[in-house]
Amino acid sequence: MSERTAVIASRVGLHARPAGIFVAAVGELPLEVTIAMAGEPADDAMDASSILSIMSLGASNGDTVVLRAEGEGADEALESLVKILETDLDAE
Amino acid sequence: MKESRTIVQTLSDSAGADQAPADEAETGRTFAGVGVSPGRIIGSVLLMPKAVREPAVGELLAAGTSAGDASAALRTAAKAVQANLTARSASAVGAGREVLEATALMANDPMLVKAAVKLITNGASAERAIWDAAASVAEMLHNLGGYMAERATDVLDVRGRIVAELRGVPAPGIPFSETPFILVGEDLAPADTATLDPAKVMALVTASGGPQSHTAIIARALGLPAVVAAVGVDGLTDGTLVFVDGAAGTIVVDPGADEVALAKSWETTTAALAVFDGTGRLKDGHLVPLLSNVGGAKDAVKAAAAGAQGVGLLRTEFCFLERDTEPTIAEQVEAYRGVFDAFPGKKVVVRTLDAGADKPLPFLTDASEPNPALGVRGYRTDFTSPGVLERQLQAIAQAVEGTKAQVWVMAPMISTAEEAEHFASLCATAGLTTPGVMVEVPSAALTSASILEHVDFVSLGTNDLTQYAMAADRQLGQLAGLNTPWQPAVLQLIRLTVAGSVDEGHDKPVGVCGEAAADPALAVVLVGLGVATLSMTARALSAVAAVLASVTLVEAEQLAKLALSAHSAADARRLVREKLPILISLGL
Repeated sequence: MSERTAVIASRVGLHARPAGIFVAAVGELPLEVTIAMAGEPADDAMDASSILSIMSLGASNGDTVVLRAEGEGADEALESLVKILETDLDAE
Repeated sequence: MKESRTIVQTLSDSAGADQAPADEAETGRTFAGVGVSPGRIIGSVLLMPKAVREPAVGELLAAGTSAGDASAALRTAAKAVQANLTARSASAVGAGREVLEATALMANDPMLVKAAVKLITNGASAERAIWDAAASVAEMLHNLGGYMAERATDVLDVRGRIVAELRGVPAPGIPFSETPFILVGEDLAPADTATLDPAKVMALVTASGGPQSHTAIIARALGLPAVVAAVGVDGLTDGTLVFVDGAAGTIVVDPGADEVALAKSWETTTAALAVFDGTGRLKDGHLVPLLSNVGGAKDAVKAAAAGAQGVGLLRTEFCFLERDTEPTIAEQVEAYRGVFDAFPGKKVVVRTLDAGADKPLPFLTDASEPNPALGVRGYRTDFTSPGVLERQLQAIAQAVEGTKAQVWVMAPMISTAEEAEHFASLCATAGLTTPGVMVEVPSAALTSASILEHVDFVSLGTNDLTQYAMAADRQLGQLAGLNTPWQPAVLQLIRLTVAGSVDEGHDKPVGVCGEAAADPALAVVLVGLGVATLSMTARALSAVAAVLASVTLVEAEQLAKLALSAHSAADARRLVREKLPILISLGL
């Protein structure tokens, strides 16, 4: 199981346009990725390819989230997702 | 200026040319309704699909359908809806594009689909499963509040589309087409009209609805020809070519050479009517300031460009219609200031939140009232949700600081002088210097002298005044004949409101900000009755100004007398129109 943390950079938090961009990126991966707020048990992690799950997570600007995935290429995949979360997508 | 648009479509490029052609027997068939927004246009019909019916509670899998088959069907439908919304987002721009992209992702969302599949495994039908699964998600979003709560409606929209796809019926909402079309439906709800794209919709035609319905109001605001209460028109098929006359109220199936000529001549008229010089006056120089009704800063900028001499009605609830919670003072200040900044040195009349009846706001109104038009609405929400009005007045006062607009404030749905006095005291506390009230309840028209002892002006809201004077619901097409401000009883109430102002003795102005002011012939009557200012949708300014400039005050007063003494609304309208030959020459 690979695990990475990311600090949400978008000023509006992880919803609206930033959430859409993130979910689309997860959807292109051949892996199952989960997302949770830092400090929450891994069992409560949500499906990162679900925009509705992401929205219900309610991560705001500056919050830390934990991404998890298993399988070949998981490390690289999570790195790419961390980059997305740590970019202010709302500014682009 | 009106954007150039091809008004006459040919069959070959019409939206539905590849769909079912009009039935031979339908050719030349005419439907008669009530014309609510002028314009003559030819185009092809697209029908507004009916709202998606809720699957029966507890509906189970049909005999012979396995849970596996139903789950597969649901996944296919969810994918199809996603693909359709993604395709639509590609041709959208700006905020509309982002909303469609996010909605497309929701349609095939793993969490939503998984929850529905679980219900199917437990025996529910695919339709019922997605219905309940989406309802739970929507409730969860709703409970999160704020931005998330606003997305709950998107989930419910997606749900309707998936159920429609499973049933093989057209998706709900305004139909999508690459080419412009004439939208035909039973009636349109405010939620439908909010997404209406005037570049795609050429005209609106409804089988139900009255002259004051939302369909009519939005059509006038967008300058689209519209006919309401045209019984049977929703039986037309997609792709049928029709001629719509929004002044006469007629629809002709498969139009001939006469209709083509009429549509062409309308193009010339609209070009001639596109200009208003920014000063409303009669032939004798008597000034009648012409203002505009606006719903926010965007409208205000357009109204200023159209020459409006100020804002006669800022509908503050339109800034907040999709909201679940009360807007903050800072949000309100920003929304109001945008309007004030469009009219430096000019008058802007702000109407406090007019929630209720056909404009519910979840944080103010009770949707379960048996009779919302007679319920807790407008100013009356201050009885049940005290504090909201005071905070709004504070926000208006803050927004006034640093702007050059002359800001007046008025309350909707005032019934008594006591209420007017209370509202004036709230305004004084907030530091707002020019309080006024709307006259839309007959009791306020009859007691305007007492009301004006407490406030500085009144503004007649003729849509509601008509519905209350005639006891006729403005949404009901069957009552369209009663629901017109040409009714002599309504004109009498307007006359009495002006008389009350004269009795009060300080020359306090009586304005009109209802749809009546946008009817050029009725505008002449209103001025003849002593109304000082007229406020209307910006599109109507040039036509009203042109007609007012053709009469003197004495002539307007004579026409008002003629209308007051008429035996019916139809007679009043006909008698006045006969004396205004300019209407014919302008095609109004």
